[in-house]
Amino acid sequence: MTTAYERRPVAAADTPALRKKLDTLWETSPGFYGWLATVDHKQIGIRYIITAFLFLIAGGVEALIFRLQLSWSNLHLLTPEQYDQLFTMHGMTMIFLYAGPVLSGFSNYLWPLLLGARDMALPRLNALSYWIYLFAGIVLYSGFAFGFGPDAGWFNYVPLAARAYNDGPNIDLYALGMILLGISTTVGAINFVVTFLRMRAPGMSIDRVPILIWGTLTASAANIFAIPAVSLAFFLLWLDRNVGTHFFDVGAGGSALLWQHLFWMFGHPWVYAIVLPAMGMVSDGLPVFCRRPLVGYTVVAVATVATMVLGFGVWVHHMFATGLPGVSLSFFSAASIIIALPSAVGVFAWLATIWTGRPQFTTPFLFFASFIILFTIGGVSGYMTGSVPVDWQLTDTYFVVAHLHYVLIGINVFPVVGAAYFWFPKMTGRLMDERLGRWNFWTMFAGFNIGFFPMHISGLLGMPRRIYTYGDGMGWNWVNLVTTAGSFLFAIGVLIFFWNVFVGLKRGKPAGDNPWDAPTLEWATSSPPPPYNFAVLPTVASRHPLWEDRLQAVGERSVTAKGLVLDKGREALGTTPLDAAPNIILKMPGDTLVPLCLALAMTVLTAGLALMNIIMAALGVILIAAAILAWLWPQAVLGETAEAPHA
Amino acid sequence: MAAFSTRAFAAPLQYLTGASARAEPVVWLTWGVLLISVGVIVIIAGLLLGALLRRRAAAEPRALMPDKGGYSWLWIGVGLSTLALLFTVVWTVVVLAKIQAPATHPRVIIEITGRQWWWQVRYLSTDPRQQFDTANEIHIPVGQPIRLKLVGGDVIHSFWVPQLAGKMDAIPGQINETWIEASNPGDWTGQCTEYCGVQHAKMLLRVVAETPSGFAAWRAHQLAKPQVAAGHAVFESHCGNCHAVRGTAADGSFGPDLSHLMQRHTLASASLPNDPVTLAHWIADPQSLKPGTRMPQVALTGGERGSLIAYLESLN
Amino acid sequence: MRENSLPVGAMDTRASGWWAMIFTIFTEASLFTYLLFAYYYLAAQPHMHGTFPEGGPPKLGMASLNTVILLMSSAAVAWAQFSIEHNKKWRLVAGLGIGALLGVIFLGIQMMEWAGQPFGLSSTTYSSLYYVITGFHMAHVVVGVVMLLALTLWSGRGYFNSRRFAHIHIGALYWHFVDAVWIAVYFTFYITPLLGLKA
Repeated sequence: MTTAYERRPVAAADTPALRKKLDTLWETSPGFYGWLATVDHKQIGIRYIITAFLFLIAGGVEALIFRLQLSWSNLHLLTPEQYDQLFTMHGMTMIFLYAGPVLSGFSNYLWPLLLGARDMALPRLNALSYWIYLFAGIVLYSGFAFGFGPDAGWFNYVPLAARAYNDGPNIDLYALGMILLGISTTVGAINFVVTFLRMRAPGMSIDRVPILIWGTLTASAANIFAIPAVSLAFFLLWLDRNVGTHFFDVGAGGSALLWQHLFWMFGHPWVYAIVLPAMGMVSDGLPVFCRRPLVGYTVVAVATVATMVLGFGVWVHHMFATGLPGVSLSFFSAASIIIALPSAVGVFAWLATIWTGRPQFTTPFLFFASFIILFTIGGVSGYMTGSVPVDWQLTDTYFVVAHLHYVLIGINVFPVVGAAYFWFPKMTGRLMDERLGRWNFWTMFAGFNIGFFPMHISGLLGMPRRIYTYGDGMGWNWVNLVTTAGSFLFAIGVLIFFWNVFVGLKRGKPAGDNPWDAPTLEWATSSPPPPYNFAVLPTVASRHPLWEDRLQAVGERSVTAKGLVLDKGREALGTTPLDAAPNIILKMPGDTLVPLCLALAMTVLTAGLALMNIIMAALGVILIAAAILAWLWPQAVLGETAEAPHA
Repeated sequence: MAAFSTRAFAAPLQYLTGASARAEPVVWLTWGVLLISVGVIVIIAGLLLGALLRRRAAAEPRALMPDKGGYSWLWIGVGLSTLALLFTVVWTVVVLAKIQAPATHPRVIIEITGRQWWWQVRYLSTDPRQQFDTANEIHIPVGQPIRLKLVGGDVIHSFWVPQLAGKMDAIPGQINETWIEASNPGDWTGQCTEYCGVQHAKMLLRVVAETPSGFAAWRAHQLAKPQVAAGHAVFESHCGNCHAVRGTAADGSFGPDLSHLMQRHTLASASLPNDPVTLAHWIADPQSLKPGTRMPQVALTGGERGSLIAYLESLN
Repeated sequence: MRENSLPVGAMDTRASGWWAMIFTIFTEASLFTYLLFAYYYLAAQPHMHGTFPEGGPPKLGMASLNTVILLMSSAAVAWAQFSIEHNKKWRLVAGLGIGALLGVIFLGIQMMEWAGQPFGLSSTTYSSLYYVITGFHMAHVVVGVVMLLALTLWSGRGYFNSRRFAHIHIGALYWHFVDAVWIAVYFTFYITPLLGLKA
């Protein structure tokens, strides 16, 4: 099939005949092949979310086990080595295998719908990022499954993680798995950035995109620059451990602190990357239940970007006790305190939106509103640790554990659960149960605060991190008992959430296109959306297309019932980066097994390195090259080759 | 001589009060940022509850509120936040400058090496005959700054005695310097605060502050060689490869120096009390008390064990 | 193009793949930035005299020749890009082929330099940095050469013309990037010791 060089696209109304044609063009193939070969962002997004929630459960169970060990002084439920593997796996799982991917999943599902597009810019890359994530997760768990999981903490400092103090495959599997996972995150990030620049609906200038778009965009841009630091750190460590190099080897001129710099130059931007998209979900979801647009859209968008940019300049605050010079300490301390400012912008914008709006106390609203106070608590504990002399007391105690859980659970998990309630109807066509939702919310909220607020206290009482037990006279017994009880209550709350998901799938009330009467484009299509998202491409005239006629008596109107018809194959519209004016008709790929094959090839290489098997590694490299060539081979149907033009 | 055991608080590692000139400005700053934080939480919680619970005119569910107003929240909120943050930055820099270096030049300099999982302590001196080693318990004179040189012996450890000073890491490849100072005689607990392996949890330490004359006496006693008592042969043959006792053939440095073991209140890096029963248990089966410890279980006959313990009990 | 028409498919810098390559270059450039950061950070640590660089500042001869070779290969590829925009298919093929060939020569000379070094991979921190950083760059050159060969093949088979040549620009972008990285690596290893960054 040949492709014309150019075409005058036709605008028309949405009709059943058009829909039928588009269905045939865009539907994923049925059966097992389709399941493996799909490039549909909605299916990939849901897979990401489900996989991430499975890792959430794994990480949660790991924590509950070691919380039992810590509930009282001098308990012997776990050996120190078991404890060390559990707390390392818990951190690694939550931060890398749950927190980032769940947001990728929601963003993957929602972005094209929010932007009025047919799919992400690079659908095959999308599929690739999911498969690599899945395989990397398996690699990362493979050691633990056999009793040699990583045990040097999730930030894996050298020399403890070096071969001399940690023989065995534990750290090697962590290193190689993380490098593989980094590829997934990076290609996913590239996909989001290109989609933002190219795939927005006509008229959706950059000041009209939902805040979730700003959040994920910012996180993705940051990841593109930050992930190589940690991938490199792990690769250099793997080399030191297996090939005899001397990067971190102090005896031979290497540096233990080089690890910390490389790790945290990634690590700090990463912790913003795993919350900014969630904050965006709140910025988009909360106003729906306040019945008005977000207060201060522009400042919130700018604050999102500012937080991320500043986030590149504070990594040293994880290293305040390492003996740095005073000037350096003062600079990074000041930056770490000032970075609270753009976050404060968000808090006040959300409060103002509720105050000047009319709140509707639906379950998603409860999660979005409670997030504000959890964010505040996490934020102020971070502010406290930003001051160097105070940090010299707080660092490496449970105070930091309290801080990081308030920011991660408060700013990632609570918004994610709220987002699940909010967008579940769009994804499935059914509503989750409101009554169960209330039980879910209150159990999670109470359990979380009972579990984690006391950690501020145990931290101020001097309890260090990462200890498998503590003595009788330390004064930490009761605080820890309460924390353990709270964490179990929180876990029950999470279980209620998953129960509500099942209940919703089985017998949730039918939702219709727009059960919440929300303003953005995803609510203009059916629930669930058809594979092609929009039969005719919408044109956008404001930030809240579906609320326009009620918010302004006169003015430009977004149009969803009529628009460009792109039906000569799988087609999507490309638009200009700033103003979103149409400038190209893109030919989109259909189902293909190549991304899965490439992910498998990368895993073969990873396994070859893990087993120090050069044949397997070489095979992996050859398969990777073959898969990439197959992927990039110019295809006429994608408009990549010179063909005689025809209409 | 024996130090006092002031257990002023139920939590020996808490730091909301301090015991030194160095600790004091930090305690004020800690309380300051803590109170600001609590204040912020209370205010935001109040505003949130107010926003959620205020009465509003009833309306049909589909009605929208106008897209107006609320900007004053941003100006006021961000404005107040900026003031609080800037105030904190200034206060931080002032405190940091104050505590970076002691007011007077320290005359007692101690080199502390973090090891898995104990603290090697060496009192330095320009005169090599005045240098001596001990482990896990540090004695200092009150009212003067003590310089600590932190050495990373194997992996990264972190030295922390909360009542006296903030943390400083002991990192292989560099020597980090910090200083402590106690205002009054007393006995403080510290703990390693950088995860360093399986027994990170039991790598504690003690600091005992004495009057200047008390410290001088302690120091002189440390330099003196302990009496050679019966049982020292058992010690030298079974323990001397790892442990040292000054003035004997036992000069190992893999484990703590035991020259004046009975001067210490604790065993096993301040994680166990120093009493005969615990000492016997530790020697018989160290793994049961501190699983993963590098101290092996040494095979001894009943008679040898009795002799050895009597010897250790004589190391005063 | 006709009025109100939109181009269809992968057209020059409007192709999604072109944008993907731009951001891939950003991330790979970050990788090399962190690698060179490791070099400069470790260079600032204390070293025994004469061990950083090991054996003193490295000789400039082969590396400088290689720099010229790589610059020439970029010029050949740029000529290829210019040619296809003017529909000159065989010049396209020639430019890509010459670029690939020069890339292979670069690799050969670099391997000779490696073989002639007095130190092995696990000798010192410096040797670790030398082999790993130049090794990362070489790996990127290998990928680039394979890619140029693929493009040469596809060009020879007539896949591209003056309207459709997105693949060419995307591949060329990558190749020029690899060239630019070499300049930074060359400067770090061969020039900074002469400017005083050594032990």
